[in-house]
Amino acid sequence: MTLQTTSPLRRKRRSTTGLLFLAPFGLLFIFVFIIPILYSAYISLFQNKLIGGQSFVGLDNYARLFKDPQFYDGAIRVVVFTAIQVPIMLLCAILLALAVDSLRLHGTRFFRIVVFLPYAVPAIVSTLMWGFMLGIRYGLIGNLNDALGTRFDPFAPETTMASIGIMVTWGFTGYNMLIFYAALRAIPRELYEAAAIDGATEMQVVRNIKLPALRGSLTVTVIFSIIGTFQLFNEPNILSSLVSNSGITSYYTPNLYAYTLAFTGSQQGYAAALALVMAAFTIVIAYIVQIRGMKNAFDK
Amino acid sequence: MTFFVGLFALYCLLPMVWLLINATKSQTDFVSTFGLAFGGEFALWDNIVGVFTFQDGIFARWLLNTVMYVVVGALVSTFLAALGGYALAKHDFFGKKAFLLVVLGSISVPGIALAIPQFLLFAQMGLTNTPWAVLIPSFINPFGLYLMWVYSSDAVPNALIEAARIDGAKEFRIFWQIALPMLAPATVTVLLFSFVSIWNNYFLPLIMLKDPAWYPLTIGINQWNKLGSTAGNGELIQNLVITASLITIVPLIIAFLCLQRYWQSGLALGAVKD
Repeated sequence: MTLQTTSPLRRKRRSTTGLLFLAPFGLLFIFVFIIPILYSAYISLFQNKLIGGQSFVGLDNYARLFKDPQFYDGAIRVVVFTAIQVPIMLLCAILLALAVDSLRLHGTRFFRIVVFLPYAVPAIVSTLMWGFMLGIRYGLIGNLNDALGTRFDPFAPETTMASIGIMVTWGFTGYNMLIFYAALRAIPRELYEAAAIDGATEMQVVRNIKLPALRGSLTVTVIFSIIGTFQLFNEPNILSSLVSNSGITSYYTPNLYAYTLAFTGSQQGYAAALALVMAAFTIVIAYIVQIRGMKNAFDK
Repeated sequence: MTFFVGLFALYCLLPMVWLLINATKSQTDFVSTFGLAFGGEFALWDNIVGVFTFQDGIFARWLLNTVMYVVVGALVSTFLAALGGYALAKHDFFGKKAFLLVVLGSISVPGIALAIPQFLLFAQMGLTNTPWAVLIPSFINPFGLYLMWVYSSDAVPNALIEAARIDGAKEFRIFWQIALPMLAPATVTVLLFSFVSIWNNYFLPLIMLKDPAWYPLTIGINQWNKLGSTAGNGELIQNLVITASLITIVPLIIAFLCLQRYWQSGLALGAVKD
């Protein structure tokens, strides 16, 4: 085969082509990802002082952060939120994917679209819709309270996070369901035939064939969901002006706190330190999930 | 199980139905009638006219801005992802493995960790409060690059590239005329998801833009919503906010319905490869 024989000169030319093709993405990537992260690390070492302007303070911002009750308040809130919302959402997504996969009814196509569509709705619109619907002033809950004589308020400080959970679950369950569904569809048909010959029940098929097939996509969806919920910002940011007395503070989530610090408090150095700590925390959690996911895959 | 599926479908549809019904109500009906019932008058058309004429018709400007951000951003980011992904799959060069690792790692970096320094850097370059501040970050789509890389390795046969080289085709022409058509399913998927993420972008324009003339729809609608709720004496325009929300999501829903073959297979690709 003459196709295999490439002269050294030719190989070299091709290798520069590869670099050339990647260059536009690579250079922009450096400009919008790498440089900002390095710059962030740099400014996190400075503080804006009333006298003298920007001054170098070493790791002071980090030391301050780890003693900042407002940071802990927000961080604990999103961690608790993640620990509750992500399992509920993924469990729903798995159940729906299993149902759609095993029912194979007509209408599952319509159902898949219906469940996925919320993903296309911007956070501002979904927060407005749910905010009005769950609100007691104009919303359905208000109507319900009037009818029943109750005074339940979904946006009281104790229940606001649960209401946000309803919004986030609404937006992302369908997306995760489709990923699980795709993994189920990739199972070779022969496995089902073999199971049928062995006289396996539907539950046994689910436990021994379908659930193990979901493991890889479960790792991916857990990681992406954690990354997403740790960054919770849009919903509380929009809700804080939509409903009053919801208990949403300027440090309600770490992202909201960093935003407040950087853009209304002009404490960019401190905000950068906070954002970097959250980034590191997110990456560590994502890494642990990935390692555990791989370990499980090897055990099987 | 069927009950659960039905209940979930209801959960997904309810807000959409609510939005549709309430976009047909006048402001008076909105505050006075039951949320899932139609109002006394059918005011959908009046509301749409209201949305496009309120504040000297600034909504049309926001709509055009959003279309511009989406078209330019999605086209450029998809092209860069396709070109880069193809290069990663079909060419060998120094630093390829390390590059892939860094790009995939970058997916887990929270947006805010980037947004604050991006804002400060852009401010120094005089780019904040211009469309570039929203456009430039949207040009980079790490997940799109990954999808294109995975897809090119399978979909473009090496023999075809070699044959084209022997015929004397230039490398860029091989990419443009031979590889790119074969990448169409992945390209449409990446385009669609870029379209959605740029259309729905809230955080980036929120910090980058001060001038309402450059706002996208998401920031504009939030601005209107604040008008009614914060100032006690402000004009209540919830009917306009709701109708504007409906107008905002209609193009996305149409795009998803028309291109469902692509996003379903594209998601499948991402899921199975991992």
